[in-house]
Formats: sequence, structure tokens, C-alpha cells
Amino acid sequence: MSSLRLLGVSWWLQFKMIMRSPFDGIGNVIYPLFFATTAFFVFRAGDSPRTLIYASFGAAVMGMWSSVSTSAGSAMQRERWWGTLELLVTTPRHFSLILLPTTLGLATVGIYNLAATLLWGRFLFGVHLTIAHPLLFALAILGTVLSFAGLGFLFAVSFVRFRAAWVLGNFFEYPVWLICGFLVPLSFLPGWVHPISWALAPTWGMSAIRESALGGSPLPDIGACVGLGLGYVVVGVLVTDRVLRAARVSGSLSLT
Amino acid sequence: MAAIEAAELRRTYKTHTGTFRRRAKEIEAVRGISFAVEPGELFGLLGPNGAGKTTTIKMLITLLIPTGGSARVLGLDVVHQAREVRKRIGYVFGGERGVYERLSGYDNLRYFAELYGVPAREQKRRIEELLELVGLKGREQERAEGYSRGMKQRLHVARGLLHDPEVLFLDEPTIGLDPVGAREVRATIASLTEAGKTVLLTTHYMFEADALCDRIAVISKGSIVAEGTPLDLKRGVAQGSVVEVEVFGIADEALERVRALGGVVAVAIEEREQAQVLVVQTEPDVELTQAILSHLNGSDVGRISRREPTLEDAYVALVSE
Repeated sequence: MSSLRLLGVSWWLQFKMIMRSPFDGIGNVIYPLFFATTAFFVFRAGDSPRTLIYASFGAAVMGMWSSVSTSAGSAMQRERWWGTLELLVTTPRHFSLILLPTTLGLATVGIYNLAATLLWGRFLFGVHLTIAHPLLFALAILGTVLSFAGLGFLFAVSFVRFRAAWVLGNFFEYPVWLICGFLVPLSFLPGWVHPISWALAPTWGMSAIRESALGGSPLPDIGACVGLGLGYVVVGVLVTDRVLRAARVSGSLSLT
Repeated sequence: MAAIEAAELRRTYKTHTGTFRRRAKEIEAVRGISFAVEPGELFGLLGPNGAGKTTTIKMLITLLIPTGGSARVLGLDVVHQAREVRKRIGYVFGGERGVYERLSGYDNLRYFAELYGVPAREQKRRIEELLELVGLKGREQERAEGYSRGMKQRLHVARGLLHDPEVLFLDEPTIGLDPVGAREVRATIASLTEAGKTVLLTTHYMFEADALCDRIAVISKGSIVAEGTPLDLKRGVAQGSVVEVEVFGIADEALERVRALGGVVAVAIEEREQAQVLVVQTEPDVELTQAILSHLNGSDVGRISRREPTLEDAYVALVSE
């Protein structure tokens, strides 16, 4: 109960901090719209309304993913700069309970990215979306947010030990767009890429959002997405102690 | 049972030099120190920058794993029972970092109250009490980014006390504060031992250690060079005397010549407004004023005085050895 309360309060305070940062705020407002604009221009050239709808969902999830992948690393880096990382480690809570709400807060901002991108497409590019299964669509978004938070958490754990690991967040940003089928179907990619795509929750989240909106059956995708997200969390929790111990041995917690 | 116990505690860091030809280098920050702090005692770890004070404290609060020796807090091993130790200690460090600037003072405390597992029904009352104690009542809803350095420091103290820890580690808590702010923080620290807390304080301000600590260990280059009450440490150099010479620009060579004089215990330079003051501690029954002045040829010399040693002189003598 106390752990749930910690997750809730921490999530809310993290969310508050993100929303109060002018740079984070502007980045989160404007950045995804650039992706969306680029995607809309590219796919409009194809002159296929269905392709444009396909791309608009892809662009929306791109914004969500970028928000999590780049921010998860910088969030830990900020804790170092602020001198709060050591304070967090000296508390008796399991460190994963401290990290998880941070990445969950970032993933929540991703919901805005998704909504903003869809509205951008609607009003600037005239992409009319009809959601076939609204409830499943909402469930798919929720599952995607949770799985992104899980993946961000796994990144964040490594950022605690390796100071320069925040760069990985940026490194993973663009390949995931491609590998997880945000803009082009997986079938366009070489066969050897598919197992990598299947191991990444964003692939299933993307598929679930499209399936629920376009009238398919998204439940297996939602299941795979949430399952993988939980898997990332479990792996993250299991390695947290080891990573923290390594940081305590190397003395890297206080370094900025 | 001692509240804090360090036995042959040692810590080395690995670092690298060079860009293309990287060479690993080991730095011994703490070289096998031992001390014990009794329950309810305010114990000072006094030393210059880089002496190993912060490294010692970080081993005791479980942030660093020692490379040798052992340490216990309230009988708990800091390496193998880290979580239990964390529940029962508070940690406060000096400076402006360690605060979530975008959150209010109240939210900062609320977050750490959750992290320390303060029961929900007690949080509000506890935070109110601490805000009152550190003098932040009425400013708690403002964002911490607008707080002065002193206010942030007091917020740190409140955070460290949220879970009512039995042992508090204060790492240079008054560093960078103006005299009024520092006095307020010192008053808060003094009240902690009255409330029965055990406090380990690191500082490089002698008067602070003198005023607050029951006992002091002087640490220099990673080793404890003296331990005792402030009075014991003063007695250690009380037999000698101190010659102070006001100088306006002194060459390093002249300083070395003074240091090499027979009967000199320690030499230090203090900056005082426009002038520098050469502080020379001498052995008992040795008159060195003329000899010192003869080595200051070429420097403008001002006021010369002779006085009894203070705790600061004791400290300078210890860390100069």
C-alpha cells in the first residue's frame, strides 16, 4: 500500500516538474509536431488516404517514444546535476520504486504528444480519423504508455551506473521509429530485423493503436505490449541492486 | 554500543590520466581510520578540503562501499545492512544542490517523507513541525528556486529530520552561508543533541567545531591525526605561542625559510582584507620574532603581535605535520 502511494505521489511530483520546465514544455509541445509535419508531407505525396492515416498514427507514437527515450536518460542526468541522486539512494526504498514513477511521468507526457499530433494532422492536413473501437483504442494507448515507461525504466537503471549512458536514449530514438514499424510496415524490413522488432514493446503498442483505430483485433497486440513492458520492469528491478552496488563501488553516484 | 563505529576504514578511488594513453591511477582518499561516536554525542570530523571527510561520511551513510575495514551505524553493517542503516539515519550536506528547485519547499519535504516511509497520516504534522523548527513556515508553498542559500540549507536540515532518525550526518552544513544564516543552522544543530540525536558533523570551520562538538577528530590526508575534546586539542599546542606578522606580499621562498627555522611548529598565511597575515606557531620558550623578520626582507611588514594558541592554531599545527 505504502509502495503504491509512493508510486502515485512520485509520479505526480515528477509530472509537476516536467510541466513546470519551460524547456521541457516547449520541447514536448513543438518537437512532436515537427515529426508529424515531416511524416504528413512525405505520405501525402503518395496520394493514398489510407497511407496517410497509417502515417498519422505512426507520427503520433513517434512523438511519444521520443519523449520517453530522450528524457529517461536526461532525467537521471538531471538528478546528478541537482545533487539529488545521492539523496534518493540514501533513502530506504528500493531504488526501482524511485525510478519507475520518473519514467512513468515522462511517458504520461507522451499522451499529450499523441493527442497533439492527431489534432495537428486533422486541422492542418485534413486527415479525418475515425476510431473503430474507442475503448480498445484507449486501452492500447494506456498499454503503450505503460510499456514505454517500462522500457524507459530499463534505460534509466543503466543511466544510474554509467554517466554517459544518457546518450543511448538519443541513440535509440530513431532506430525504434524504423524497427518498430512506426512509419513503414515491418514487412518492408529484412527478415533478420523481425525478431528485434518483436522483442520491443513499441512494435506491439504501435500495432495495437492502429488495429483498434482501423477496426482490427488489437487485444493480442495489447497483451504483448503490456507483457513486454512488465518484462522490462522485472529485468530492471532485478538489475537495480547490482547496478547500484557497482555505482557504490566505483563512487560514480556523486559525479555529474 | 557505539552509535557510529569505524574500524580501519579505507577507501581508494580509481582514476585515469591521459587521453590516448590512458593510465589507471589509484588515489587513497581514506587511509584506515578508526573512531567511535557514542549515542547522543556530537562528534566533529575536522579537516581541510580533500582530507577525506566527505568520503568517510559517504561510506558511513552507505553511498560508498569501503575498500577496506568496516563501519557500523547503530550496530548495523553499512555494507551488508545498508537498507536498515538508511532507515535510521539522516544525511544533510551543505550548498545549494540537493533540492528540487521546481517544486515548492513543501513538495520537496512531501516527496522525501514518502521515500522515508513516513506514514501518510503523520506526514502533514511532521512537515509542519519541521518547517517551524527550521524557520520556513509561511514560505513552504513557494518554489525552492526562489529560496536563498540559507533557506535551502534549512530545507535540507528539515529533509534530513523527516523520519526522525537516531543518527544524523551533517556534511559541511554551513558552507557558503552568511553569518546570520550559519548561526541559525548552528542553533538548529545544537538543538538536535538536546533532542537526543547522535550527530556526526564535518566542517573546516574551527570555531564551529569548538562551539558545537563534544569531541573532534582531525583528519588530514586521509588519516586521523588527533582526536579528543576541543579542550584536549587546544592543550596540545598550549605550551607554545603564536607570532602574527602582517605582511603585504610575501614570496614563497621567504615562507619556506621561516618554515625551516628551528622551533617553528607550523606556518600559515591568512588573508585579511588588503593584507596577509603570517601566522607562525612556535615551540615553548622559543623567541623567534627577530629571526622571522630577518627572513622577510623585501616584504612590507605591518603590525607584529604575539598571542596564546587557539583551536585554529592547534588545527593548523595538526594538518601541517
